[in-house]
Amino acid sequence: MNVIVCVKQIPDPASPGELDPSTNQLKRDGKLILDESDSYGVEMALQLVDAAGGGEVSIISMAPNGEMSGMRTALAMGAVKGVLVSDPALAGSDALTTAKVLAGAVQTLGGADLVIAGTESSDGYTGTVPEQMAELLGLPSVTFAKSVKVDGGALKVSRQTEEGFDEVTCPLPALISVTAGVVEPRYPSFKGIMAAKSKPVDTKTAADLGVTAAGWAGAQQAIVEVAQAAARQAGEVIEDDGETFNKIVEFLDGLKVI
Amino acid sequence: MTINYDLPEEHEVFRKVVAEFARAELSPHVADWDERHHFPLEAVAAMADLGLFGLIFPEEWGGGGGDFLSLCLAIEEIGKVDQSVGITLSAGVGLGANPIYRFGTRAQQERWLPDLVSGAALGAFGLTEPGAGSDAGSSTTRAEPDGEDWVLNGAKAFITNSGTAITSIVTVTARTDAGISNFVIPAGTPGMIIEPAYRKLGWHASDTHGVILDDCRVPGDHLLGEPGKGFHNFLSILDDGRIAISALALGCARACLEMSLEYAQQRETFGKPIGSHQAIAFALADLAVAVENSANLTYKAAWLKDQGRDIGQAAAMAKLYTTEAAVTATRVATQIFGGAGFIEDSPVARFYRDAKILEIGEGTSEIQRMVISRGLGL
Ligand SMILES: Cc1cc2nc3c(=O)[nH]c(=O)nc-3n(C[C@H](O)[C@H](O)[C@H](O)COP(=O)(O)OP(=O)(O)OC[C@H]3O[C@@H](n4cnc5c(N)ncnc54)[C@H](O)[C@@H]3O)c2cc1C
Repeated sequence: MNVIVCVKQIPDPASPGELDPSTNQLKRDGKLILDESDSYGVEMALQLVDAAGGGEVSIISMAPNGEMSGMRTALAMGAVKGVLVSDPALAGSDALTTAKVLAGAVQTLGGADLVIAGTESSDGYTGTVPEQMAELLGLPSVTFAKSVKVDGGALKVSRQTEEGFDEVTCPLPALISVTAGVVEPRYPSFKGIMAAKSKPVDTKTAADLGVTAAGWAGAQQAIVEVAQAAARQAGEVIEDDGETFNKIVEFLDGLKVI
Repeated sequence: MTINYDLPEEHEVFRKVVAEFARAELSPHVADWDERHHFPLEAVAAMADLGLFGLIFPEEWGGGGGDFLSLCLAIEEIGKVDQSVGITLSAGVGLGANPIYRFGTRAQQERWLPDLVSGAALGAFGLTEPGAGSDAGSSTTRAEPDGEDWVLNGAKAFITNSGTAITSIVTVTARTDAGISNFVIPAGTPGMIIEPAYRKLGWHASDTHGVILDDCRVPGDHLLGEPGKGFHNFLSILDDGRIAISALALGCARACLEMSLEYAQQRETFGKPIGSHQAIAFALADLAVAVENSANLTYKAAWLKDQGRDIGQAAAMAKLYTTEAAVTATRVATQIFGGAGFIEDSPVARFYRDAKILEIGEGTSEIQRMVISRGLGL
């Protein structure tokens, strides 16, 4: 079983990021690391390939500045090769262009039995790329996968919903987006880190993939304004007089959750 | 070619992985382990999963094929979170697996190495005796040949990792007619008595016992290395171990610097953060210099080892300087924390108790000064 994982490389959340005032976008010009929300996809892919008893995990990424540090982390975890689409003209791409680029990267690898993406990135939170990719690739797509099993030619997915889970069966090949916490991502070993150095990463431009890189000018989507989130209101503090449970019941009743 | 002080990029990546591992998997538990004097098999298993026990050994034995520098970075980062867990790793690799790897026959390696390398088992090394520590050459434990076997009698003191549930072997030095030799004693061998754990000032989550050898019989093939070469061999094991202890001390000093710096920026007295009082600022400046020096000495010693060069002097200098810097760092950090530093809720108090042994184990500071002064021709 061959799996392709979309991995986004993002500025390290540990060091405070900065917005570009002209675009309201996060500056992504420095060193980038593997988005934690994609490390779950990488781990799931490795586990699925392991359970299938053969095959390999490849990764694809789009980064404007040729940065590969985040991809190396995924390769150190056990992915065998990667495609990096790096093209200055792609800076400022909207979600649809990103989806076209990543779908093109999937095709350069000759497709796969399964494509995995995170439900949304930790630095952008658009949350639309996986479904757009599925549409472009003509693949069935299952979102918010919480647990995934392969059974014969079909995928069995528990899908997180607001109320609980949907049990979904889907034919392969397919594209799924996985939620954070689905699996425990492994720590890369020293051996893995050393091996990752020499794993092949194919670098492509937008033109190589036949995608017109429209950049800032052609983006169909713009961030109009960025505002500070409202500070949370202080909660109500109730002294326990022995009857406080009534207040809790009342409160929950008011919320219509009981 | 110019001098280059940058560590290789892969090593920096690996350091971050271990740091994240220590933060996520160890730090929530270390205070509890310390308080309960609990030897954390769970921490050993987690470090084993990460491949830390096998880092420096060839892939042939299930190891990571890494260099000594990678081991130092791992010990430093673990030690930055907890010194007990750090010594468990350092001793497991340096005193447990390393002697078998360096001096074992093929058959001995096949028998004992895989489990030590994977971290499924821990090994210990018993050199110190109640009557012989710094002057290890005066040890009195004896091994007598008896038919095909050896029979050992004597006592070892303060042996790290000797009594854990997964201890597989204790390697001991003993006198024979050919001179001091090393013997591997599998755990559970009749006549090897592991005494109850010591009550220690620090390293509460590390395993330390006295070991009695009372007519303890092992087969002839448990002799490790050439007979009579035992003294020479363990000195060389100790040289490697000193660099590892230096890395452990570096982790301690770095933890103290980081904790103190953060505290000095938050804690206010007389209307400003204590870090704005010059006495505290200068103490932190001195600490930063000590950490920088410690790192340079430690990494250079590891580099010399990785180059296959002579490490005796460099290892002694790194161990001497860094362990003394670590003890000073814990004293300074505790002072900067004030009363809070004396209370066990703060990790500073734990580091304060844990640091002192660094100046004693694997050769005291005095012994390092002896080694260094001899190197000067004195
Ligand atoms: C927690 C812990 C774990 C340990 N783990 C191990 C282990 O796994 N394996 C093992 O073999 N040992 C282990 N040790 C033992 C440790 O290595 C010894 O304690 C150490 O080498 C010092 O020996 P000693 O205690 O006999 O002190 P001594 O040798 O009696 O020294 C006492 C003092 O005299 C000084 N001194 C001695 N000779 C001289 C001299 N010529 N000139 C000037 N000063 C001198 C020493 O520096 C020291 O200050 C451990 C000890 C502890 C406490």
